[in-house]
Amino acid sequence: MTAKTPLLKVENVGIRFGGLKAVSDVNLELNQGELVGLIGPNGAGKTTFFNLLTGVYVPTEGMISLGSEKLNGLAPYKINQKGISRTFQNIRLFSDLSVLDNVKVAYHSLAKHSIVSSLLRLPSHFSGEKEMEEKAIEFLKIFKLESVMHEQAKNLPYGQQRRLEIARALAANPKLLLLDEPAAGMNPQETEELMNLIALIRERFSLTILLIEHDMLLVMGVCERIYVLDHGQLIAQGNPEQIRNNPKVIEAYLGEEVS
Amino acid sequence: MNLLKKAKGFWGTIVLVVIFSVVTQLLINGGTLNSFYVNTLFSIGINIILAASLHLIIGVTGQFSIGHAGFLAVGAYASAIITMKLGLPFPVAIIAGGAAAAIAGLIIGIPTLRLRGDYLAIATLGFGEIVKIVFLNIDYIGGASGMTVTHLTTWPWLIACVVITIVVIVNFTNSTHGRACISIRENEIAADAMGINTTFYKVMAFIIGAFFAGVAGALHAHNFYIIQPPNFGFLKSFDILILVVIGGLGSMSGAVIAAIALTIISTFLSSYPEVRMVIYSLVLIVMMLFRPQGLMGSKEITSFLKLGKAAKGGVHHDGKNTVA
Repeated sequence: MTAKTPLLKVENVGIRFGGLKAVSDVNLELNQGELVGLIGPNGAGKTTFFNLLTGVYVPTEGMISLGSEKLNGLAPYKINQKGISRTFQNIRLFSDLSVLDNVKVAYHSLAKHSIVSSLLRLPSHFSGEKEMEEKAIEFLKIFKLESVMHEQAKNLPYGQQRRLEIARALAANPKLLLLDEPAAGMNPQETEELMNLIALIRERFSLTILLIEHDMLLVMGVCERIYVLDHGQLIAQGNPEQIRNNPKVIEAYLGEEVS
Repeated sequence: MNLLKKAKGFWGTIVLVVIFSVVTQLLINGGTLNSFYVNTLFSIGINIILAASLHLIIGVTGQFSIGHAGFLAVGAYASAIITMKLGLPFPVAIIAGGAAAAIAGLIIGIPTLRLRGDYLAIATLGFGEIVKIVFLNIDYIGGASGMTVTHLTTWPWLIACVVITIVVIVNFTNSTHGRACISIRENEIAADAMGINTTFYKVMAFIIGAFFAGVAGALHAHNFYIIQPPNFGFLKSFDILILVVIGGLGSMSGAVIAAIALTIISTFLSSYPEVRMVIYSLVLIVMMLFRPQGLMGSKEITSFLKLGKAAKGGVHHDGKNTVA
């Protein structure tokens, strides 16, 4: 893909819930391989925007396309199969399942064996399951989770749960990864580890990443470009330096100067 | 190697079941087991099928459906029509009963499975009642006075259906498809975001569950000589629900054990009709007080057997100790 065709193109997207415009007129482009941040004060509509991208909500206006494919109105599972995978602000793991099974679930849409072959335990069932297991274990090794792979996901410490959620999102083999506040609740050391991890996976899987974050250190440190959302509208975009000095952004975060 | 071991375990179990069934059949033929025991045995078998099929819907997929007696009724009447009205053989009736219930499951599943939690429970409860009322008003199948059915359910048919039900549901659960269902139970939003077609798998679980409830209906109809719509009301649905909850939501072995235990308890209590329901209810209350997670929690019998092996370091994971 050339640098000219964006991977993700969002044009004039908006959603209203009754009379409330949660997000409106958002234009955004992500190029292949970019790491872009999305910031904004609480309630700015960042997570709503993620939900629009992943099909949880259907935009009431505008167009979202991935590559050349239109995503508007597709069910979340289809959007995931097209190549957008996400993590959640409040961790949503399959908590009673083992760490290994959490990752295997993400492989499900890539599985080749049918329900019938599983019911009858045909050879394709065993080979399919074996392949999934091997792939999943390989994956957990990258995320240094292989030592806990038989633990139930709910028994993992917080930092590992966050890592597992990213691992699970990546296992679905996405082109675009959406991270919703990956560093929420982490201490500075864990945040740093997370930054390294993001850099690592980006390189390894040639990913495009869009991340929502409140930790400015992380955002300014890793993102190449930043979009700023306030009251459902984009108020600024640019590189970290530009954003840091943008008066509108400062106003959104700190309030207007009293004259 | 592992595959071989697993296959050995599977066939070993099948051989045990065959020996058990042959011995039981001989005991029945020889008259050692009188009709009281035989009846209890048949009830246990039918209840196992019902509990296992509801386990797939509630325990595995997490869809709180309480209209299971509706599927039982559909299966019972469909099979009875096949044998009594059309004069076709019993195996056809079993399959037709299952198929009719599965179709009912599909028709009911698609609209209601959009609902969650208590809304789904109320909708499925409504379905069960509708089925009852509909059958009550069709004269072709006897209406309120019910339909007399010849006794055709025999021990080999019963045990075969029980085994097939368990094998199919266990095989389904321990596969990527079963994991997809469990992920819906665990977190539907995340499952959807991870590429699981949640509607498809919910409806699929519903259809498979309904199919086996229909099979149980066929066996039930041809066991008790008469079927009447009032027997398939919501109380029957709750009886089945209790088996699954007492066994432990998400545990197949739990559902089976509960089906055996509660059927035996309720049969023996029938000698004391005046205190029967009191004791039965007490058992349930005590159970919920002291073991709210059910007999087996969400564990399977196999995970206890494997515990020793895993502790020694030979960790092999086949999904059974976490799945369901």
